[in-house]
Amino acid sequence: MSNQIDSSKRRFLTVATGAVGGVAVVGAAVPFVASWFPSERAKAAGAPVEFDVGKMEPGEKVTIEWRGKPVWMVKRTDEMMASLGKLEAAKVLADASSEGSVQPDYCKNMHRSIKDHANILVAVGVCTHLGCSPTYRPDLAPADLGADWLGGFFCPCHGSKFDLAGRVYSSVPAPKNLDIPPHKYLSETKLLIGDDK
Amino acid sequence: MNKVQQIVDWVDARFPATQLWESQWGKYVAPKNFNFWYYFGSLAMLVLVIQIVTGIFLTMNYKPDANLAFYSVEYIMRDVTGGWLIRYMHSTGASMFFVVVYLHMFRGLIYGSYQKPRELLWIFGMLIFLCLMAEAFLGYLLPWGQMSFWGAQVIVNLFSSIPVIGPDLSVWIRGDFVVSDATLNRFFALHVIAVPLVLLLLVALHLIALHEVGSNNPDGIEIKKQPKDEKTGLPLDGIYSHPYYSIKDIFGVVVFLIVFSAVVFFAPEMKGYFLEYNNFIPADPLKTPPHIAPVWYFTPFYAILRAVPSLFGTQVWGVLAMGAAVMIIALLPWLDRSPVKSIRYRGTLYKSILAVFIVAFIGLGILGALPATPVRTTLSQIFSVIYFGFFLAMPWYTKMDKTKPVPSRVTG
Repeated sequence: MSNQIDSSKRRFLTVATGAVGGVAVVGAAVPFVASWFPSERAKAAGAPVEFDVGKMEPGEKVTIEWRGKPVWMVKRTDEMMASLGKLEAAKVLADASSEGSVQPDYCKNMHRSIKDHANILVAVGVCTHLGCSPTYRPDLAPADLGADWLGGFFCPCHGSKFDLAGRVYSSVPAPKNLDIPPHKYLSETKLLIGDDK
Repeated sequence: MNKVQQIVDWVDARFPATQLWESQWGKYVAPKNFNFWYYFGSLAMLVLVIQIVTGIFLTMNYKPDANLAFYSVEYIMRDVTGGWLIRYMHSTGASMFFVVVYLHMFRGLIYGSYQKPRELLWIFGMLIFLCLMAEAFLGYLLPWGQMSFWGAQVIVNLFSSIPVIGPDLSVWIRGDFVVSDATLNRFFALHVIAVPLVLLLLVALHLIALHEVGSNNPDGIEIKKQPKDEKTGLPLDGIYSHPYYSIKDIFGVVVFLIVFSAVVFFAPEMKGYFLEYNNFIPADPLKTPPHIAPVWYFTPFYAILRAVPSLFGTQVWGVLAMGAAVMIIALLPWLDRSPVKSIRYRGTLYKSILAVFIVAFIGLGILGALPATPVRTTLSQIFSVIYFGFFLAMPWYTKMDKTKPVPSRVTG
């Protein structure tokens, strides 16, 4: 046995030990990182909710909670419905045809609602910018929003504006229209939010 | 040999107690010309101790549960004996931490304390600053008021603007699809144990690095390069920290505690700047308060975030700009090409640019606290450009600047 130190062998063993140990550390980290994902209970909390739109007044907005988020129902009047076309003609909307926004296919229209109940808007009341909940501003031409305001939603956090179909105005921070959740009518007035099958 | 010395010797033979005391403070040789700006390092340590002690006692009554958190804080304020004092000390301590640390960082800036050979010291300091921001953000969710909830909602959603992985990343951070009980519970764990441990480690590294390279001073003169005094063997302008700076720092502590107590006892909310009024309303996931602003110490960076418009259908640019605004400070040692350290020997060019930078930084701080209007957004954009310009153009203007010769002895 020689007294010579084989330094290349020593280096190899050092690096190999380090690498194997590193793999073990990464492996051991997996369950800890994974524990931060939503728990089974959090995932199960996404059950659909029912709401009766029959009692709503014209122009009224009601907020209910679905998956911990605010969901709005707005019973739009005829003038409100007419404003959507006017805004589209005025070209002030960033995504008027909802191409880049989140909604079920049956709501991909100007009113962003189900055809048989076109006047009922169902939208997730969370600004697509940084998640604040915009305020309902149906008042026409208020002082703070300007003479051209035809009603809609205004986000107090960073000033994003949406029309009465949740479509975002151009040159505001929010990049997309408000999300429309999957929903369907169980009867003429009974609405189910969170499921459309 | 007296009894005390015997005990010290017994310990020293088993643990380097005397050696640690002498290398870290007792026999640490510091420049003799420290001024007002040199109070804030030791004050930052004092605030750290206040935060740890008050924090420990707050956890004894606080409940990290979305249904109980808000009322447990009210319980601490109303029913726990002295609870209001402990909580106000903790909330005031948070703001005072940033006051002290911003002044400490400004000292480093004007006296070039980040320059060679103190680059690593500066990096450790920046990591401490990052930990501090994380602590402040995580802790702010715990009272579970409206501002807690919506502030966390906005900041966590910043991550969802990152392309591809963003939405999943923000769900992973929250542990739910919205800020919820899971988020509160993990923020509590991070706030009371994970980040403080890292913070303490970094403070130790910061101090060890400082005591290795030695302190800078208002003249930016390396006292280690000076000839040694024949009698004492110390550099000509060097003195022992103890007792000289022990006494100075104790004076600073007394003045600081007067100010601190004045805030705690007479203005703990500081007109809504230290404790925001909307946070006295329990968190409501369905209703955003009409005006959301971060606490004052985050406003300069928040104003930069808001100043950047969304481009190419994504909001990620503002987030990147805000991150860069913090990170770029860490690069100062390599951006500054001036042959002198201290502002005392720099030229008019540097001084004027620094003055403009100070105006821009304070301006961003004010704008970040106010609701956005078109005029204010434009102003924020101008100030943001100045902020980044100060750093990015530094290699050129510090070289062009007409500096004065640095004397070999400190000027007092």
